[in-house]
Amino acid sequence: MPEFEWQFTLVLLTNGVMIGLMYALIALGFVLIYKATDAINFAQGEFVMFAGFIAAGAADLAGAPFWLSALLSISGMVLLGFGLERVVLRPLIGRPVIAVVMATIGLAAVLRGSATLAFGGGTRAIVMPVGDEPIALGAVMLPPVQLVGAAVSIAFLAAFSWFFLKSRIGIAMRAVADSQQVAMAMGIDVRRYFALAWAMAGVVSALGGVVWGAMLGVDNQLALVGLKVFPVVILGGLDSIIGAVVGGLIVGIVENLAAGYLDPYVGGGTKDFAPYILMIAALMVRPEGIFGRRRIERV
Amino acid sequence: MLALNNIEVVYDGVILVLKGVSLVAEEGRITTLLGANGAGKTTTLKAISGLLHSERGQVTKGIVELDGERLDRLPAPDVVRHGVTQVFEGRRVFENLTVEENLVAGAHTRSDFASVRDGIERVYDAFPVLRERRHNQSGYLSGGEQQMLVIGRALMSDPKVILLDEPSLGLAPLLVEEIFGIIRRLRDERNLTVLLVEQNAALALDIADHGYVMENGRIVLEGPAETLRQNSDIKEFYLGLNEVGTRKSYRDVKHYKRRKRWLS
Ligand SMILES: Nc1ncnc2c1ncn2[C@@H]1O[C@H](COP(=O)(O)OP(=O)(O)OP(=O)(O)O)[C@@H](O)[C@H]1O
Ligand SMILES: [Mg+2]
Repeated sequence: MPEFEWQFTLVLLTNGVMIGLMYALIALGFVLIYKATDAINFAQGEFVMFAGFIAAGAADLAGAPFWLSALLSISGMVLLGFGLERVVLRPLIGRPVIAVVMATIGLAAVLRGSATLAFGGGTRAIVMPVGDEPIALGAVMLPPVQLVGAAVSIAFLAAFSWFFLKSRIGIAMRAVADSQQVAMAMGIDVRRYFALAWAMAGVVSALGGVVWGAMLGVDNQLALVGLKVFPVVILGGLDSIIGAVVGGLIVGIVENLAAGYLDPYVGGGTKDFAPYILMIAALMVRPEGIFGRRRIERV
Repeated sequence: MLALNNIEVVYDGVILVLKGVSLVAEEGRITTLLGANGAGKTTTLKAISGLLHSERGQVTKGIVELDGERLDRLPAPDVVRHGVTQVFEGRRVFENLTVEENLVAGAHTRSDFASVRDGIERVYDAFPVLRERRHNQSGYLSGGEQQMLVIGRALMSDPKVILLDEPSLGLAPLLVEEIFGIIRRLRDERNLTVLLVEQNAALALDIADHGYVMENGRIVLEGPAETLRQNSDIKEFYLGLNEVGTRKSYRDVKHYKRRKRWLS
């Protein structure tokens, strides 16, 4: 049995924070779409996987340097976002929520299949030009890939928060999320903002695909990180960027603590379901999440 | 001048709701459109502002013109750019946005940031209480403040014409008076053209220059506000007074108002 020991706990916590920030990044893609269009994107994990494939493919097949393959992945995902909104999601505007949900589930399968078709079934690598030598963060040694991932996450989470809170386009997007009909009456072209939301989710997914792909390698399994999006957004709130950060941190920390302290008793695997137990508990106590907005009820 | 000529509107491809509506809102005047619930007043406003599409409604006949330019068949954002903005009934603020963010959203069709700043200040001058509440989440404002906000937000697009749908609904008499006073000032000081839909005919005819009465998708009566005030049919059915000046359908009126409040 592992004794409680500060050094060990500190390692678990630091790891949890780093991983949690990276979860927050991909959860942000989900939140952007939910916030702007009310659609629940069950293909977020597949977006991340597909973006990883583009980056790894560009490097492996065409010998592109890291920064170029990352850029290609971002542009590819922006195009994919725009395209999907136009071809799949737009015709479903005004249909029942379940129609959109089913469409994104179908989309997930299509993305998984077509990635395998295009890039083959093997695992590809994304090599960040940062080396393998662990870097000391205080008393904890961390792989550089993880540090880069966390830094990218922080930068983009901050940028998107600013964008939503302060920019005129961000305010218009929130207005659309609040009421499409009233937004239209203000001269806001609602469909353009839907397309923008999907494109922005594409950017975030590309970043997620590159940093997660660099850490785990790129194959179909990469889509599984998308499953963690659900506990993250249920805990934090479906429509809150801050919520994505806090939810991400909670999930990252909980799964690391579970792996460190519970796995030795049960022989492993708690990491994979501990966040979901927390999610189910959260649904019972506070279904709108920590930062999710409640409907304003007035009499 | 805003003019509707023989407008027909159909919902869901089959339900004929407006059966040839013609009306004129003169520049710098308040024109009121009266009628019982279901008469088609809101539909008329949406036919002007291009907002029928999202409700599977369609203008199937007729012309909407602003100073000689066709507005019918334009998508809603273009109608706003042409200078016509609708204020929905029921004080539809963007609940999760602050007062000031609501105003910024209202200025979406204006690109020049300095003029947006300027517009915000002008709205605050017209509605000082909004300045005090500028950073409050608008979903938690009082009903009167929300009504002021939606009018102020519509002004942010710098419209020539504003379409107001039942601004008095569910507000205390004193507040209604204040808001109607502001509408009058907007007409006098900014030469704003107002098309005012109202259930409260007495109030509306009091500030309006001209009036129309709608029934069942048709205009059934028209005239200067002064004339309509004297009209005995109007007195009886819309002002709720009979010949001797007592309330006739007071109960109906009250019942109706209560229903509306539940809905809003
Ligand atoms: N989206 C819609 N689809 C089908 N019918 C509709 C739709 N909107 C309104 N109608 C119908 O059109 C008619 C006119 O409605 P409208 O809302 O224009 O009336 P109104 O005069 O504004 O009434 P109120 O005073 O109650 O607001 C009503 O019979 C209504 O049921
Ligand atoms: Mg109405």
